[in-house]
Amino acid sequence: MTLIGWLQIVLFFALLLALTKPLGTYLFRVFEGQTQPLPRVLGPVERVLLRLTGASARREQTWVEYCGALLAFSVVGMLILYGLQRAQHVLPLNPQGLGAVGPELSFNTAASFVANTNWQSYAGESTMSYLTQMVGLAWQNFVSAAAGLGVALALARGFTRRPGPEGAKTLGNFWVDVVRGTLYVLLPLCFVVALFFVSQGMLQNFAPYHELTTLEGAKQTLAMGPVASQEVIKMLGTNGGGFFNANSAHPFENPTPLTNLVQMLLIFSIPSALTYTYGKMTGDTKQGWALFAAMSILFFAGVTAAYAAESQPNAAVASAQVAQVGNLEGKEVRYGITASALFATVTTDASCGAVNSMHDSFNPLGGLVPLVNMQLGEVIFGGVGAGLYGILIMVVLSVFIAGLMVGRTPEYLGKKIEAKEMKLAMLYVLIFPLFILGMSAVAAVIPQGVSSLNNAGPHGLTEILYAFTSATANNGSAFAGLNANTPFWNISLGLAMLGGRFLMIVPALAIAGSMVGKKVVPAGPGTFPTNGALFTGLLVSIVVIVGALTFFPALSLSPIVEHFLAGAGKVY
Amino acid sequence: MVSTLVTALRACVVTLVLTGVLYPLAVTGVAQLLFPFQAQGSLVKDEQGRVVGSALIGQGFTRGGYFQPRPSAAGAGYDAAASSGSNLGPTSQKLRDRVTAEVERLRQENPDTPGLVPGELVTTSASGLDPHLSPEAVRWQAPRVAKARGVAPERVLAVVNSHVEGRTLGVLGEPRVNVLLLNLALDRQFGRLASEPAQPMGAVTPE
Repeated sequence: MTLIGWLQIVLFFALLLALTKPLGTYLFRVFEGQTQPLPRVLGPVERVLLRLTGASARREQTWVEYCGALLAFSVVGMLILYGLQRAQHVLPLNPQGLGAVGPELSFNTAASFVANTNWQSYAGESTMSYLTQMVGLAWQNFVSAAAGLGVALALARGFTRRPGPEGAKTLGNFWVDVVRGTLYVLLPLCFVVALFFVSQGMLQNFAPYHELTTLEGAKQTLAMGPVASQEVIKMLGTNGGGFFNANSAHPFENPTPLTNLVQMLLIFSIPSALTYTYGKMTGDTKQGWALFAAMSILFFAGVTAAYAAESQPNAAVASAQVAQVGNLEGKEVRYGITASALFATVTTDASCGAVNSMHDSFNPLGGLVPLVNMQLGEVIFGGVGAGLYGILIMVVLSVFIAGLMVGRTPEYLGKKIEAKEMKLAMLYVLIFPLFILGMSAVAAVIPQGVSSLNNAGPHGLTEILYAFTSATANNGSAFAGLNANTPFWNISLGLAMLGGRFLMIVPALAIAGSMVGKKVVPAGPGTFPTNGALFTGLLVSIVVIVGALTFFPALSLSPIVEHFLAGAGKVY
Repeated sequence: MVSTLVTALRACVVTLVLTGVLYPLAVTGVAQLLFPFQAQGSLVKDEQGRVVGSALIGQGFTRGGYFQPRPSAAGAGYDAAASSGSNLGPTSQKLRDRVTAEVERLRQENPDTPGLVPGELVTTSASGLDPHLSPEAVRWQAPRVAKARGVAPERVLAVVNSHVEGRTLGVLGEPRVNVLLLNLALDRQFGRLASEPAQPMGAVTPE
């Protein structure tokens, strides 16, 4: 670790901190304000878009209606995306003449992008046509992020709305949230940043792949495509699906250290800003900052561990003849150790999953960090929307435990947390390890599972555990040596992604529906304050303890044991 | 139920046209207008005006008179239509064997260079298309390049030094040298290497 390395990390965090309040205020105005920004320009566009969808925009929805709209939107989106891939060979914008994508892979990819995961069993440049990438994949990058935003807003409204005499039952309107999120937030930011990305060297064209003769006289084929426009939303929407196989390590997809910094900021920007938006919705911005602080503590713990681990030499490269400055296998020279470790932490804290280095080649404890980040439930800033609703479930758990300690019914923001909400919260918490550990256990013992491994020994088990963790957590990064393009892996990971998204959104929205109508009781002397350092500490502990209790046994068999074996110079 | 599905379908079509068609076309139009060089792939030419590569994409060099890049796991090596890392972990026998072979090759080709082999010269990058080397890894190869070209090592090092890019804003990323641009500069300064058949690389075989 170096001083300059730490300066880079601190600079990143300082910029994030500076963005949080202005962007959070903007989001509040877009979704909760009386008037939206630029009413003269964007107002008419919003009304036209909503009229075209045919949704009755003025009508508020109950949690069941909101959830139904989200599920319908996702199902139809998934079918369209599946169809686009299956038919890409007869559709335009396919200069390389790439064939139709196979049925299992199309299912996996459709599930992946609708679930805001962007796990990729394919290599973009050799599988997906420009049309599939830009009309199919990038489109879902926008709307799956907007849908996640909607869920977070609905849950936030459930906690913060003050019921009138006849009570409140509604959580907003899904179609309005999706249209506003896309129109006011995602599109304008994407347009501006995409042009900046092109100025730095990112591609934006529809040309066929460029064939040339290198300086030494060999043939080289440069993959082309509309990269920059897709790249921005890939990061801003915490999607993470690369245009190319190498994702943000590819020089055309992340050309300079400056684009690298901007990409990391894009990943965290909306999840971080949402903590401030949430604070404004509660009427007490300290409520939001308490969540921001908890996330920041976990972020710094992760980046410190990853940076320290990757600054160590790679055991398999170690030799009396080689001078290693940290582990450079699977890393790009322009980023080096620091920006690679930082990116790996950011992309797995948030459920983004873009990579600028290959996590599979990280040192054992360096690879442990992304794995644990995801297993904590994608609540360290987390995905767009998913991070906020994830941490709010953890908040429910925390106030419940605090309530048990002082022996009174727990309450949050003046609303009582009762048995029904706790059951739903536990459902949310338990679905997650059920998919990860259950499916990993199956894959580790059947030939269809283990035949896809790229590494033997404990590292192979990590590849399996990482795949199901990433899929269920809707992250999408990979220990990419695993050959996931087989029927078993495509289908099992596809199911894990759908389960990790929708089976967790339903209980979250149910909690919102149950909370929204509850009476607000003024805070008394026995109320546990949720806007201070004590609560932040409790929340961090709960997140860590829930994750540790669940996953420590599996982790001890994979990266942790590999750490000691690597130290002893063992190879497989 | 049915009306929700109809709304969902209409919402899908509306958002698809807006974000999947209009948005990327608008970005492409403006980008081609403002930054045509970058949008097309930052292609670089030699003195004769022949396109020899992209300034952002690494390419294989095997001859002694050129600086060589890192090993590549992209296709058969620097296949810019099949980007990939090796994805081999720190307890991989394959990785250890590959490193041993690389060290042996580098030692043979660089008999005049004392000192340990820089780690990045035996490790593959994440993309397999890394266009850069650290200044140290370039300087390590300078004696070989100077000898093959028959010029004084100091003159080669002077070209290297003029091609070192520092950290952005003094903080971001790492100091580096673009290998293709450096080799082009060597050809300009000391004359093009006499042509001899190069080894095939970058075969176009999509997975």
